Amino acid sequence: MSSGNRFFNYRRPCAGLTLALMILGLTLASDDSRAEYGDIVINNFSEQAGMAPVIFPHWFHRIRYRCKVCHGDLGFQFQAGGNKIDMLKIIEGEYCGACHNGEVAWPVDNCNLCHSGKPGTPTQVHESTLQKLLVPAGGTGSTQGATKK
Amino acid sequence: MTYGACDVLNISVRRILLTLTLTLCTAWTHAGEWKSLLEDGIHDPAGPAIGILQQPAEALGILPPDVTGNKVRWRKALEDGYINPRASLAPDTRIRQLDTNILMRNTGDLPYVLFPHKPHTEWLDCSNCHERIFKSKTGATPMTMLAILNGQYCGQCHGAVAFPLTECGRCHSVPATEAGNAASVR
Ligand code: HEC
Ligand code: HEC
Ligand code: HEC
Ligand code: HEC
Ligand code: HEC
Ligand code: HEC
Repeated sequence: MSSGNRFFNYRRPCAGLTLALMILGLTLASDDSRAEYGDIVINNFSEQAGMAPVIFPHWFHRIRYRCKVCHGDLGFQFQAGGNKIDMLKIIEGEYCGACHNGEVAWPVDNCNLCHSGKPGTPTQVHESTLQKLLVPAGGTGSTQGATKK
Repeated sequence: MTYGACDVLNISVRRILLTLTLTLCTAWTHAGEWKSLLEDGIHDPAGPAIGILQQPAEALGILPPDVTGNKVRWRKALEDGYINPRASLAPDTRIRQLDTNILMRNTGDLPYVLFPHKPHTEWLDCSNCHERIFKSKTGATPMTMLAILNGQYCGQCHGAVAFPLTECGRCHSVPATEAGNAASVR
């Protein structure tokens, strides 16, 4: 196979244009009101059950643990909302409950520390490239996130 | 080969792309403050957790600075010992590391991509990437930038948690003229 000599070697017609538009989208994506990069909002079940959405801060945890602890040993899949976490699993020591058990980290009775999200915030990884691209130019990730679905 | 409409489009698109790349690399350097949790748009400002949770600026402000993402150069933070995150919960967990570089040359006009296993296996286990995202065989994984921007391949982490995709030069780091000193080449 030739290696990238003729433009981008795209298999799809006009994919070069799509690529440029996507990157343009990135440049235009507005920058204010941003949550910390990598923050995950998990709201598959919380609000339906009357609890605030859960916020998981990657920046806080990666200072203490390497990715492999959670995404290898504890089996978290790389997908916001993709692990179908619920309180039963947590109390039984799975997912967040592998640490938030009163031994490794503070226990589950601190409901509000995890369930700290603004009402109406859907499941998302905050400030992801993908999220920026989906937000119309000039809009902001978080205000979009905060509008009801 | 004859040029079709898309080829003509792609010629100008390529120019735009390169210009944008330059603009991005300079425009993204507005190193700045970390937003307070109060105004980050996802925490409930009226909730009881505000005031208990740590503010990002407090923890991240003392780490090696970056211009993008968490504004932390995480690779340096780890390698220079600013942080020492645990690699396992159980003491008998096997920690696997690898120090090989892979040169990726399907990059059009841009410099080649150098993929380093070392900084990745410091953070990640082999199973985080192999075989689900990448094959353990140089050249076996078909990748395009479009797919990456779409959150696949490198884009699963870069653009979500690891340094974002706007930092073209951090991946596209080897000019074509310097090719040839990586462990394997694709
Ligand atoms: C360590 C973090 C953490 C703590 C502490 C925590 N939760 Fe959760 N909780 C979660 C996560 C993650 C989910 C899944 C969120 C989703 O998908 O909506 C969840 C989901 C829920 C749900 C919906 C699913 C279900 O299991 O019914 C309820 C209700 C809930 N939590 C109540 C509580 C209550 C009450 C407390 C305090 C006793 C609490 N949580 C403490 C992380 C936590
Ligand atoms: C303390 C545990 C923990 C650590 C450490 C951790 N993560 Fe995560 N990660 C999570 C959780 C929880 C989620 C969300 C899963 C869910 O919602 O079901 C997640 C989601 C992700 C996602 C998916 C985002 C998306 O696009 O939907 C990526 C990518 C990711 N993490 C990468 C990393 C990387 C890279 C590191 C190391 C620098 C890391 N994580 C460290 C717990 C962790
Ligand atoms: C590998 C262990 C581990 C896992 C898994 C884990 N945490 Fe934590 N978490 C910690 C530790 C350690 C702390 C700090 C505890 C302390 O300060 O006493 C912490 C603190 C927190 C904090 C408070 C941050 C602050 O600003 O003080 C939140 C919120 C949190 N975790 C949410 C979660 C959620 C939600 C999950 C699951 C999706 C989760 N954690 C999974 C280890 C973990
Ligand atoms: C961040 C993701 C990532 C992690 C983690 C990772 N690899 Fe890789 N690995 C890659 C990529 C990307 C390639 C190139 C694949 C391609 O060209 O199709 C590769 C290629 C390889 C190859 C083929 C190299 C050659 O010379 O042909 C081997 C062997 C390999 N990895 C082993 C490992 C082992 C062992 C670990 C754990 C110690 C590991 N990898 C961790 C991403 C990763
Ligand atoms: C996380 C690493 C990474 C970043 C950041 C990155 N790229 Fe790439 N790029 C790649 C990889 C990997 C390939 C495929 C190389 C291969 O297959 O040999 C690629 C390929 C390309 C190609 C070749 C055509 C194609 O579609 O595959 C272009 C053009 C390109 N990138 C442009 C960019 C631009 C512009 C940026 C910045 C906005 C950027 N890249 C940022 C990793 C990256
Ligand atoms: C499973 C998650 C994951 C995947 C997939 C991944 N990376 Fe990374 N990468 C990381 C993490 C974590 C770091 C550490 C630095 C950080 O967090 O910004 C890193 C660091 C790097 C660095 C070093 C940056 C520096 O500061 O010097 C390069 C270069 C890089 N990645 C390129 C790539 C390329 C190219 C690909 C795709 C072929 C890729 N990565 C795929 C998680 C990933």
